[in-house]
Amino acid sequence: MSDINPQIKKTSSITISSGDYHQRWRLIKDALARYGVVIGGLGVIAAVVMIFFYLLYVVYPLFMSANAESVSEYSVPELALGNTLLLELEEQNQVAARFTDQGKVVFFEPATGKIVLTQAVAIPEGTHISSFAQGSPINEGAVIYGLSDGRAIIVKHQYKVTFPDNVRVITPSLKYPLGEAPLVLEESGAALEKVAVRVGDDGTTIVVKTADSAQSPGKLRLINFQKEQSLFADEAALTRIDSELEMPVAGIANILIDKDEANLYLLSNDGQLGFFDINNKSKPNLRQQQNVVDAGQKVTSIVFLNGDISLMIGDSSGLVSQWSMVRDTLNRPAMQKIRAFKVSEKAVIALNAEQRRKGFMTTDADGVVGIYHSTAERQLIQERVSSALPIAAVLSPRANRLLLQSADGKMHFWQVDNEHPEVSFKSLWQEVSYESYPKPAYIWQSSAANNDFEPKYSLTPLVFGTLKAAFYAMLVAMPLALMGAIYTAYFMAPQMRQYVKPSIEIMGALPTVILGFLAGLWLAPFMEEHLAGLFAMLMIVPVFVLLFAFAWQYIPKSMRENMAEGWDAAILLPVILLSGWFAFSISVPLESLLFHGSLRDWFRTELGIGYDQRNAMVVGVAMGFAVIPTIFSIAEDAIFSVPKHLTVGSLALGATPWQTMIRVVLLTASPGIFSAVMIGFGRAVGETMIVLMATGNTPVMDLSVFQGLRTLAANIAVEMPESEVDSTHYRVLFLSALVLFTFTFIFNTLAEIIRQRLRERYSSL
Amino acid sequence: MKNLMIKTWFKSGTPWVWLNAAAVSACLIMVVGVLGLIVIRGVGHFWPSPVVQFSYQEKDGQIQTLIGEHVDTSITPAAMAKSTGHIMADNEETLVQYLIKSGNRDITGTDFRWILKRNIQQQQVPDDLMVVERREWGNFYGHLVAVKENGKIVAQGADAFPAAQTRIAQALAVFKDIAHLEKKQVGAVNYSLEQLRLEQKKLQLENRWDAAAEQRVAAEKAELEVAYKAYQSQLSGLYQQIRKDSLVAKTENGTELEIPLSKIVRIFQPNTMNLFNKLGHYGGKLVEFLADDPREANTEGGIFPAIFGTVMMVIMMSIIVTPFGVIAAVYLREYAKQGFLTRLIRIAVNNLAGVPSIVYGVFGLGFFVYILGGNIDQLFFPESAPAPVYGTPGLLWASITLALLTLPVVIVSTEEGLARIPKSMREGSLALGATKLETLWLTVLPMASPAMMTGLILAVARAAGEVAPLMLVGVVKLAPTLPLDGNYPFLHLDRKFMHLGFHIYDVGFQSPNVEAARPLVYATALLLVLVIVGLNLAAIIIRNNLREKYRALEG
Repeated sequence: MSDINPQIKKTSSITISSGDYHQRWRLIKDALARYGVVIGGLGVIAAVVMIFFYLLYVVYPLFMSANAESVSEYSVPELALGNTLLLELEEQNQVAARFTDQGKVVFFEPATGKIVLTQAVAIPEGTHISSFAQGSPINEGAVIYGLSDGRAIIVKHQYKVTFPDNVRVITPSLKYPLGEAPLVLEESGAALEKVAVRVGDDGTTIVVKTADSAQSPGKLRLINFQKEQSLFADEAALTRIDSELEMPVAGIANILIDKDEANLYLLSNDGQLGFFDINNKSKPNLRQQQNVVDAGQKVTSIVFLNGDISLMIGDSSGLVSQWSMVRDTLNRPAMQKIRAFKVSEKAVIALNAEQRRKGFMTTDADGVVGIYHSTAERQLIQERVSSALPIAAVLSPRANRLLLQSADGKMHFWQVDNEHPEVSFKSLWQEVSYESYPKPAYIWQSSAANNDFEPKYSLTPLVFGTLKAAFYAMLVAMPLALMGAIYTAYFMAPQMRQYVKPSIEIMGALPTVILGFLAGLWLAPFMEEHLAGLFAMLMIVPVFVLLFAFAWQYIPKSMRENMAEGWDAAILLPVILLSGWFAFSISVPLESLLFHGSLRDWFRTELGIGYDQRNAMVVGVAMGFAVIPTIFSIAEDAIFSVPKHLTVGSLALGATPWQTMIRVVLLTASPGIFSAVMIGFGRAVGETMIVLMATGNTPVMDLSVFQGLRTLAANIAVEMPESEVDSTHYRVLFLSALVLFTFTFIFNTLAEIIRQRLRERYSSL
Repeated sequence: MKNLMIKTWFKSGTPWVWLNAAAVSACLIMVVGVLGLIVIRGVGHFWPSPVVQFSYQEKDGQIQTLIGEHVDTSITPAAMAKSTGHIMADNEETLVQYLIKSGNRDITGTDFRWILKRNIQQQQVPDDLMVVERREWGNFYGHLVAVKENGKIVAQGADAFPAAQTRIAQALAVFKDIAHLEKKQVGAVNYSLEQLRLEQKKLQLENRWDAAAEQRVAAEKAELEVAYKAYQSQLSGLYQQIRKDSLVAKTENGTELEIPLSKIVRIFQPNTMNLFNKLGHYGGKLVEFLADDPREANTEGGIFPAIFGTVMMVIMMSIIVTPFGVIAAVYLREYAKQGFLTRLIRIAVNNLAGVPSIVYGVFGLGFFVYILGGNIDQLFFPESAPAPVYGTPGLLWASITLALLTLPVVIVSTEEGLARIPKSMREGSLALGATKLETLWLTVLPMASPAMMTGLILAVARAAGEVAPLMLVGVVKLAPTLPLDGNYPFLHLDRKFMHLGFHIYDVGFQSPNVEAARPLVYATALLLVLVIVGLNLAAIIIRNNLREKYRALEG
């Protein structure tokens, strides 16, 4: 009450002059209370702002670009031990390994270059390494050395972590999973020109290409060792399967075997890809041949994306394309180009895949390193790491460090800060091509049991589900609530209104968990069984009401006048109940007459519309029920407070009550009604429990009223408890909360502003 | 002529008025229908229904005896039944199926079974049919054969049932003692041991762990161990006592089953019960429902922890929300100049009211639990790391989150109350020389207290029914301990708790045996609805009284 303030000032001037201690204390208390109350009042704004900014604060890192910075640079350790074939970093980034072409393995500290251990692989006398390949980058990486006499050695590098004196110490070592003696892969003794290996838990698959010789052209062989666990011996016996593959392409430069040892990819320099099914190791089957680069370009690097479903192929023009196995219309697997990244103008020298996400690192001939995420189609980092030509590069298992060796004998160790590469505008809102999906699609599928799963964070199906549920709820709620409000505010007898309004408000106080429970466990089965009855009721009840109203005129006046005016709603109760019952009872014969017994089956067979028990219609009714009181209450207030002189004037001029209603009252109250609808819509959008319980929570994008859906709110309720704090999933869920917040904020603010305007207008009328 | 009449009738607008009236009627029917549905299903749950013995012809033609309660009937029209694969005779119009609760899950694997009415050969209600409510495996239906003590038969035939009743009463008393010992006494010892461990760790962290402290802790530990041993021996005695009796029962197809009395909650023969017996049974079940702990993954027994948790949470929330809500309302009505700022605050209040409740849950989880709670843990409870104390969902955070959620309810209601107080009251007080605070404290707020009460009641009603945010900030399906107990500091704000609304969601949708749990869910829903409708009615009545009072004042 601002008009009181001047008086206070007057009192204070009197008391200060009196100088009384007690009086002063009273004033101090008064002032303190004033500040306290002001702070409390402004606290409400602070709360709203804080919610918004906190959500934003959690979401923000999703859209921050990644960054990389140099940690150290030093000359290549033990350069004299040969050229680098492969660089490796272990999980904790404490030890790096350099595999050389002389069969040496140099373990060193990646930050300083200090040698930890140097090991030599036992290369037999008189032979030299003719080929080399990396087996599997994940857990206990394996490599294979192909020798010039047709033999090969498989080596695993392992890192043991110990904690003496609470300090982490990592000890590297080499291990020979198939024995230290070289394996004879080519009896003729021809050199192994290309090798590939995959060391699995119970088998090892090797593919070799032998060098051309004077006697015979080079051959392509597949050798599989299968562990056979015998019941008595500790050592598993190995059975060997040999088979020869036909050479699909000339000039094979790369051989790749996937982690299930089920698919084999051969790639020539000029981009011819041969794709074998090697599920049957003794009978490899050539599935497809395909050109994967543009004419005139060369393949310069190739790597599996995490999960080994997609191949990333880098070419001499600086283009990296993703090829993934997709089932075609005849359900045959075929390689298909999903997307391409133009990473550089120069050739892509090296490609490295992240080991836990669908990201990859590119290194071009200029020494520029880029980090990308395939699903999000996002470039996260582009930094020039070295000014000289790079030779080898590696990204650490946790994708937080990178190590690069350049031709000038330098080692570059960089730190990478890249927490949330999976999220981009495109991956959240647009159609995305996912691995193994034939078409780009909107999919929400946030987690799966295995590690190399491609998370699908499309919010579109959730927003779609939210709007769909809200739409059907409004379809149910709006007519009932608004018509009810019109009648209650304007036509209903005051004595009846006194009871009707509170009962409908109590309807709004019912916990949504109870409505959801009834919707899921009672309404959904009921609707499934009585679908025809429900539709019949929708059509029959209004007709009966009108018929009854028409007949009402012919009832003797004396009887009509016994019923006071404005009790029509009460008279209609039995009419609606009876006609509803009638609709349900005639629905059964109607159903067997028109729809061969079951309307649901008829929908399915005749129209091809499937029926889910927990569907949008159930949600619409249940959530409509929850929203009716909100809309009713606000709209009723708006209509009821239309100044009486307007309506009286209209009636005096000869308009019927209904004309007055439509032309005068509704027009005046329309902003209030609009804001009621908006608030109701806001409530329907954010409602959680009803949707959670009354739908199947399947994030599908299907407009059909008989199909389920998943809303943003329900999605949060389902997934939030299981998401790891600060993970991408956690932040995306916060993002959906932010979307909900913003959405309802806009609606509520607009509605409130309209209501404030309306209040002013009424007071001026 | 007639056409014209209809036309004018439509033109007058009367049919539209009727249709609008129909909308109101439909809304009323929906409210009453929903409430009625809950009441009918919820109230009926505890009434003992007769156990029926059917001679039932199975699909393969064999005739079997089935025992069970008739729970539900489904009537399907012939055409629809045909399409779902039933074979229908030409003269059959409908397919009638009964849902039978046949119990004996440990023997048959299922509790419920649909049977076809037409295949029922005979149906009777023999007097000696008995229902055994067990702590595990659900109900048992069958005939009582004998009562055994230490493996020896002590009662048989007609004497068996009364003998079983008295022995079960004894066993229940022992069971109560055991539960009391295990939960209260042994629980307290365990709690003290845990506190000692934390104290030791704390002292070690602060480098104050010396010989004296070590001695003291060791002595206390030893003392507790002694107490623990004593309780243990007491417990083993009680266990021996409770395990000695058992009863032998026969299922419908003659299988005999020995059920230890320690596993039985009650036995009764519903077919012999008269109205008073049934009323007594009903009362007993009702008390159990309100005062006991849940059994069998919440699908049986009582919901006391859920009631207790809800009440605790609501009380905590009220303590937090009332001062803030009232202060904000006082600011809006008494201090602020009506202008842009108050408009902004009103928008903020409306937004707080309109923001989806799940967003509060997300905010509570992220901000209160992880940020505030995490920091509190680091500052004050370093000894319990890595186990979180406040850095995990719990009662305190749930209460604060819901306080934020219900804040607008209190603000709006209080403000309305303040607005109704005539200006003359304030002016009179100020004219007599009171400061603004004194006017507020001594005149205005006391007068507005019923309005505040209304707001608080509405807030409580809202909080009691809210589930979505609680799922994130502290509610669990089964809490091992209550948030209030006899162990210092008595009120454990960091504990997780059970909640009526979540109980409904959890039992109705996450439980493995939804069919068996459904009646209990209806009963819980009824309780929640009664509480919330009651609170709302109270608020409405207070508000109406208030209006009358001020109308008189103004007049």
